[in-house]
Amino acid sequence: MSGSNLEPSTTRQSLLRGDTPGVRTPRSRAVWAYVGVAPFFIFAVMFLLLPSLSIFVRSFQDLQNHFTFDNIIAILTGRDFINAYKASLSISLITAIGGAIFGFLLAYAVILGGLPNGVRTFLTTFSGVASNFAGVPLAFAFIATMGNAGLVTRLIETNLNVDIHARGFTIYNIWGLSIVYMYFQFPLMVLIMAPALDGLKREWREAAENLGGTTYHYWRHVALPILLPSLLGTTILLFGNAFGAYATAYAFSGSFINLVTIVIGAQIQGDVLYNPGLGNALALGMILIMALCMLGYVSMQRRAARWTR
Amino acid sequence: MNIETGRGLGAWAFLHSRKKRSNEVTRKRGSVWAWIILILGILYFFVPLFSTFEFSMRMLKGRYSFEAYRVAFGDSRFYHDFGFSLLWAAITIAVSLLLIVPTAYWVHLRLPKLRPAVEFVTLMPFVVPAVVLVFGLIKLYGSPPITLVGTPVLLIAGYVVLSLPYMFRAVDTGLRAIDVRTLTEAAQSLGAGWGTILKDVIFPNLRVAILSGVFLTFAIVMGEFTFAALLVWPAFGPYMEEIGAMRAYTPQALSVVSFLLTWGSIGLIQWVARGAPGQQAQIAGTR
Repeated sequence: MSGSNLEPSTTRQSLLRGDTPGVRTPRSRAVWAYVGVAPFFIFAVMFLLLPSLSIFVRSFQDLQNHFTFDNIIAILTGRDFINAYKASLSISLITAIGGAIFGFLLAYAVILGGLPNGVRTFLTTFSGVASNFAGVPLAFAFIATMGNAGLVTRLIETNLNVDIHARGFTIYNIWGLSIVYMYFQFPLMVLIMAPALDGLKREWREAAENLGGTTYHYWRHVALPILLPSLLGTTILLFGNAFGAYATAYAFSGSFINLVTIVIGAQIQGDVLYNPGLGNALALGMILIMALCMLGYVSMQRRAARWTR
Repeated sequence: MNIETGRGLGAWAFLHSRKKRSNEVTRKRGSVWAWIILILGILYFFVPLFSTFEFSMRMLKGRYSFEAYRVAFGDSRFYHDFGFSLLWAAITIAVSLLLIVPTAYWVHLRLPKLRPAVEFVTLMPFVVPAVVLVFGLIKLYGSPPITLVGTPVLLIAGYVVLSLPYMFRAVDTGLRAIDVRTLTEAAQSLGAGWGTILKDVIFPNLRVAILSGVFLTFAIVMGEFTFAALLVWPAFGPYMEEIGAMRAYTPQALSVVSFLLTWGSIGLIQWVARGAPGQQAQIAGTR
């Protein structure tokens, strides 16, 4: 399709370069070509690379800017830091797996479940909105839903006549926040899995059936192996998505749940750790985990792409 | 394909008739659980939205009213901070477009080898969460040689970084759909300079792609909290949070406003992109 675009034909090249005839040597032309992308990369270096690099360097510096491993060791051994990472990792894991399962089932139901056609457009539109409806308003929405005076809370209390807060039940913990996160997690899964499910060719199922395979065989040996990279890749993406979230958690429960992002936010607003190096080391840990996620996601996407051509 | 056609056909006819029946059965059975899942999904979508709306109507005891909205819209700080968000959104969109469109165009035309590098950069918001980026920016530009803390530069830079993934994705998809090279050559042979080519040839052809990038960036910036709050700039996100800590009911009214903004933006994207092929799901970074 795009082969003609990519193929460098000599006449076209010469025409393109003919704007300034005889002024530039081929070498300087190549250099000039790079000038065209310079603003973008200068921006990336200034506002992405250098800040990340500075976090990396400062993680290994003490208060006098001398090299040290103390910050890293403190993060790896300090109970508060370990707990913050534990909280962040567990909420990411819960909502990634939960979101992946529910999102997949929903995408499957709509694409292959024999539902009316209009449902699909409706669902993808809504998933687009919901996956972007994160942050402060989402937190308020769930406070209005299942907070102390929320609609669902009141419905349960009046209809079932129980005081659900009597036993110290609260939504302002990891499980409550997980329910909130799920609101933007599973729509993301729907958005990414819908095209993957579309890519399952009818012929594959027919071939499996012609060979005497049951639905189980089809899923076990054909559909699942094909979908697995997309499934795993998207689950990893959801994990990273929850791991980096800050606004939603902050607006939902203040600094009640000690996520890594919440601790870093507090560190920015006032040096709560009394040591800038510790904040940097915490942030570095986040970057490393997120980078691993991205690596996993990209490699899974590559595998998945084999079947979507 | 043509191996043992005769026998194959017979087998196909047999299997086909059998398959049809089994398909009908699975479809019927499938529909039941498909509906259940769908209903669960719709409940998850709508119960919080409905609850928010219901909650926002309960400011006056014993009856539903729009009192919370009256209070929300009666606060002069609402207009102040909302106006700032509009300003940030406008600047972000302008900078993001100026940065992405020429770069993506140039990469398509001259430097296809650089495409993975550009794409990698645009995916960075997934690797560096907003709160971590703010942390790095404040530390780096908080003291000489370059001091940017206190100027809106860091805020805009942060927002532009947030917009990179979908802006690039949208423009990239748009560029794939048109023949960049031929259009450029045609313009050049008619004597157009680079500025004219971008402004009069490439931009108009990318209208749909650019608009979807613009609306999404708008939606993201209008509700953004992390950058504005931690860099201490007035914006709608931090305002909502602040009101949430002070009052009941009004925050939910603001949430409804914010939701309508997101909904409106996505709706506009769908509207401008109707019929346009290759529209991908827009995926945002973490917030």
